[in-house]
Amino acid sequence: MEDMNQPSKYVIETRGLNIFYGDFQAVKDISLQFERNRITAIIGPSGCGKSTVLRAFNRMNDFVPSAHATGEVLYHDQNINHPSVDAVQLRRLIGMVFQKPNPFPKSIYDNIAWGAKMNGFRGNTDDLVEETLRQAALWNEVKDNLKKSALALSGGQQQRLCIARALAVRPEIILMDEPCSALDPIATLKIEDLMRELSQNYTIIIVTHNMQQAARASDYTSFFTMDTDRAGIMVEYNETSLIFTKPKDQRTEDYITGRFG
Amino acid sequence: MPRNTLNRQLNMVQDEILILGSMVEQATRAAVGTLKSRDLREAKLVFEQDQIINEKRFAIENAILILMATQQPMARDLRTLAALLEVNTELERMGDYAKGIAKVTLRMGEADVNLPMVEIDQMSELAVGMLHRALGAFIEENANVAVAIPKEDDRIDELFNTAYSKILHEMVANPSTIDNVNLALWVIHNLERMADRVSNICERTVFIATGELFEMDGMDEEDLNV
Repeated sequence: MEDMNQPSKYVIETRGLNIFYGDFQAVKDISLQFERNRITAIIGPSGCGKSTVLRAFNRMNDFVPSAHATGEVLYHDQNINHPSVDAVQLRRLIGMVFQKPNPFPKSIYDNIAWGAKMNGFRGNTDDLVEETLRQAALWNEVKDNLKKSALALSGGQQQRLCIARALAVRPEIILMDEPCSALDPIATLKIEDLMRELSQNYTIIIVTHNMQQAARASDYTSFFTMDTDRAGIMVEYNETSLIFTKPKDQRTEDYITGRFG
Repeated sequence: MPRNTLNRQLNMVQDEILILGSMVEQATRAAVGTLKSRDLREAKLVFEQDQIINEKRFAIENAILILMATQQPMARDLRTLAALLEVNTELERMGDYAKGIAKVTLRMGEADVNLPMVEIDQMSELAVGMLHRALGAFIEENANVAVAIPKEDDRIDELFNTAYSKILHEMVANPSTIDNVNLALWVIHNLERMADRVSNICERTVFIATGELFEMDGMDEEDLNV
């Protein structure tokens, strides 16, 4: 994966991606491209396979024994499922933030420093902690209490800490799986503003069943739904401003106007 | 404070509205200028450039719809965007008035017509000045300033009445020029309506600040000469 830092328009691309859990096909024939330094949202009703697709981008589905895939997931034109690809290294470059904030039961400082050191960070840890907490818009709230337990933070702060922790290993892409579903509206808006800030330096892909969040926070939106055989399919993919004002597909229109799903 | 994206996009729309307002001010002054100079090339330009105003109006409307759809504005933000939609339409119509005045110049050509230019000039300057300050108050959401502006419309109505009398006298005195002098009625009508529409902008400013909708200017065109 020597050339993965070479600029190309699409950071991640899927071609004819099918994912199965045992015999059940969870998603069918997904072809999507993700642009560098843009926020792309995947929306759709529960069970349409959006999280399954997101987890395919950094091989998190490897942890599900029954999961297997056909088709391709390309990261800078390289198939990430090729045997030569180190999944651990891949997850360093493609970080993930989960639905429920999951800080380590350690101090705020250690939450960032620990993961980075585990990943071979050799620089000044104090600087790294400050830099990433600033990037995650959390520094001003915690700078005097870095030794405090991360579990004492509010939910919104914990989620921003998890984002800081993901940033500390210097990823290129941040995957977010329902990152605000456990947060109150104000904490949610703070995370959305943060995503916009971060998109200057990172590519963000967010899965959300909150379509208003996709509308507010993303540049591009992909709408998934379930086919008659319950496999997830992609219906429409376009600029967010177009998806929410003049969608092309009637199924998208029905979903975003609340008439289905 | 969260909602950076909404704030940034809202400011962009407000800037575009100010630009549209400047275009209307400029078109009005230029159109009235051509009545005096009978510069037909300039009049044709003003007439044609209304198309740019129309296109900008649609672009702004589209931006507002996208903002409403994607940012889900509430309360004051929602009122501001609804008011921006309204003001956008008012400005486009004012642009049509300027175009109409340029059309009068084109119709008159170089014919020797005795027009009440003093009143027309004053009406134009007053209307443009009112528009300029009304838009400033609108963007600053300054209801106190906005409330005072429609009262200035009384002066425009006075000028309208004076100009109207002069035009009628001219029609009686020089029946041979009646076709062209008749066109001057359009001019003063357009300028008078323009000031009325400024009052509508001021109403929207109060709406943003208070949520109340009401007519500020008791006298509009339909109340005149009853």
